[in-house]
Amino acid sequence: MAIPGTHLFDGDAAMKGYALNAMCFSFNDATNREAFRRDEAAYLDKFDLTEEQRQAVAQRNVLAMIAAGGNIYYLAKLAGIFGLGVQDVGAQQTGMSVEAFKDYLQSQALETAHG
Amino acid sequence: MAKVIGGLFTSHVPAIGGAIQRGAEGEPYWKPFFDAWPPVRKWLGRQKPDVVVMFYNDHGLNFFLDKMPTFAVGAADTYTNADEGWGLHSFPIPAGHAALSWAIIEKLVEREFDVTTCQSMLVDHAASIPLNLAWPGKEAAPVRIVPIAINTVQHPLPSAKRCLALGRAVAEALAEWQGNERIMVMGTGGLSHQLDGERAGFMNPKYDKLCMDNLGPDPDALTRHSVHEMVELAGTQGVEILNWIAARGAMGNSVSEVSRTYHIPISNTAAAVMAFETVTAESTEQSERSAAFA
Repeated sequence: MAIPGTHLFDGDAAMKGYALNAMCFSFNDATNREAFRRDEAAYLDKFDLTEEQRQAVAQRNVLAMIAAGGNIYYLAKLAGIFGLGVQDVGAQQTGMSVEAFKDYLQSQALETAHG
Repeated sequence: MAKVIGGLFTSHVPAIGGAIQRGAEGEPYWKPFFDAWPPVRKWLGRQKPDVVVMFYNDHGLNFFLDKMPTFAVGAADTYTNADEGWGLHSFPIPAGHAALSWAIIEKLVEREFDVTTCQSMLVDHAASIPLNLAWPGKEAAPVRIVPIAINTVQHPLPSAKRCLALGRAVAEALAEWQGNERIMVMGTGGLSHQLDGERAGFMNPKYDKLCMDNLGPDPDALTRHSVHEMVELAGTQGVEILNWIAARGAMGNSVSEVSRTYHIPISNTAAAVMAFETVTAESTEQSERSAAFA
């Protein structure tokens, strides 16, 4: 019943990802974003991230963050610190260039126009 | 007697808020979406709602995974927007309508929806952007609001059937409300989009059309899919259509479509704006009859 390329954020993911998502939730506060920028390792320590989560963050690897229980709504706050928007994040996850990913989004409009 | 004048449905993509704050509404990328709004605002000018019951989902501003309510009803006279972490400035939020909130809460619990009540609640872009689209400018929209947040973040999510029933219970509360307000319902989010996973960028115009075609005349048709099927059809974040389905239920039985705009893409999303009016919205004595929900 799995949907290809899709990871449902369920209870298992919510438990596994709690520390990572808690850190990301803290980035609603500009002071915390600044603290992360200033000393990333110390900030990760504060939230007790797992080794898997630490590596995913260190590599800026969104799919790995999701595999480590990250939820995209919270991860978006972290991506914002790295200056990545949702097209950048989409491109990274699909293995496309950002331009190719934007073309892919746009191509779906053409499908609409042609029925 | 209070009257439900209709409902307004819109995507709430954060980038829309960014475009508003940059003044980019007229740029070629944005124009097809923002062109939806002048006729809607004209309609709002005629209908003059003074209360908005807003169905939306929180994206990690007010609620975190420590406490995640399935249905949360704001019960405050004041709400605020705040920093969500990725650069959007806060929008002004209109005052709340706590008395109406409690009437809705009373009815929902009577109808066996065991909701979470929030006397303090930040409302995020999913509420602030739609209000600013409907009533643009630096001032808060000239309405009072009752925000109702539906969990679309952490599975299990409530079913479409349950969301529609929730909305219908809100409709009962609105029909019984003794104030003389003109009430509008809003449902925000969607339509199809997926931000996460290898399928990121997925949209589904066919399913979106099914939703838009059925929302007014036959919302029950949209409850035949399980949440899992909705994720497959609409994308992981496309399940925000649940907010639309709940809001549709709150409008009462008979509605007519006033406007519809559908545009791909806005950011990673198939964007849509729809307005409906209750069949009796123009006539007060008829609205007394429509209050008797069959």
